[in-house]
Amino acid sequence: MKTCLVVDDSSVVRKIARRILEELDFQITEAEDGEQALAACKAAMPTAVLLDWNMPVMDGYEFLGHLRRLPGGDIPKVVFCTTENGMDHISRALHAGANEYIMKPFDKDIVAAKFQEVGLVALPEQSLI
Amino acid sequence: MTPPDYEYLRKILKDHSGLDLSADKQYLIESRLLPLSRKCGVPGIGELVQKMKGGSSSIIAQVVEAMTTNETFFFRDKVPFEHFRDTIIPEMLKSRAARKSIRIWCAAGSTGQEPYSLAMSLKEMGAALAGWRVEIIATDLSTEVLEKSKSGIYSQFEVQRGLPIQLLVKYFKQNGELWQIAPELRAMVQHRQLNLLHDFSQLGSFDVIFCRNVLIYFDQDTKINIFGRLARAMEGDGFLVLGAAETVVGLTDVFKPFPDKRGLYRPSGVRAASAPGGAAMPKIAAMAGR
Repeated sequence: MKTCLVVDDSSVVRKIARRILEELDFQITEAEDGEQALAACKAAMPTAVLLDWNMPVMDGYEFLGHLRRLPGGDIPKVVFCTTENGMDHISRALHAGANEYIMKPFDKDIVAAKFQEVGLVALPEQSLI
Repeated sequence: MTPPDYEYLRKILKDHSGLDLSADKQYLIESRLLPLSRKCGVPGIGELVQKMKGGSSSIIAQVVEAMTTNETFFFRDKVPFEHFRDTIIPEMLKSRAARKSIRIWCAAGSTGQEPYSLAMSLKEMGAALAGWRVEIIATDLSTEVLEKSKSGIYSQFEVQRGLPIQLLVKYFKQNGELWQIAPELRAMVQHRQLNLLHDFSQLGSFDVIFCRNVLIYFDQDTKINIFGRLARAMEGDGFLVLGAAETVVGLTDVFKPFPDKRGLYRPSGVRAASAPGGAAMPKIAAMAGR
């Protein structure tokens, strides 16, 4: 079973992301900030992390740094999902080991496309038109 | 939408673009033309049809554009671009080693995602193509989408469909919520307005033709005719790439499938019957129940 840890301080965003990712056959766990997310990863390393940037306690960028230094922390595909839409943030995230980057606002098509990019969702069958 | 309105739209689309809608595509008309109705300041498709019947050629042109403009995104379907990188270009590097040039045609270039995906793929191959001259010609029926393609400017939504983030960072420049593809990639693509129903021999001869998700709109006879002309616009050892839902099989023998590569075809060396109504045509038309 593919698992995805959804990390966002907004319960609304977590709920939307959960619904989309469950449709893509992920089993979802949630965290409200980077510190909770790190604890969750230490308990059980997920297949993927959907990661907000700006959160209280520990932000997504700092979490990513810690995650990549954990044993097995190189395994999860990390997809940022944030309103930080500037090239500078994207470059920093990639440099820190993010695999993909979603600029909010997002929808189901974007999430599916990005999880295809990291190889966790199969390409859809083509419709005619 | 009333049945007479639907029939009227079918006929107009067939005459102007070759688009051949089957009897059950009302949803497609509604999804494409309701936004256009609003743009034209009328409440629905019935009123839009009245305007068309009133002889407004600009409305007719907009209807044809709205119906034939296909959804597109970067690296759409992925597989054709793997064929391009792993099969087509390596073959070309061998077979064109003497002349060091490759001509590529995107026959339904639309808003530019496909030609620019090819341009990025070529850039990513780096040194292998150093000193080569690669031309990408993007054509489309719609001048509106060609203008967008030329500008190379995409919304945040568009750059998140199919484009790996590394390529966004590498090849685009951000301007607020918009992203523009780099000048060096824009310079790799030439744009021309073209209706595939009309003669395209003036474009010259190509090594690679991407003709994806456009022939699905045409009836059998038109498809056969276009395949014949595509074969004549292609080098004998060139490559044709079709959309995932498209094939030459059962329609024409001027192209043959490339083994084990879905959507990839090569000229067979067989010449198409040049006049409509050639030997093979009535049989195929009969098979299609027409």
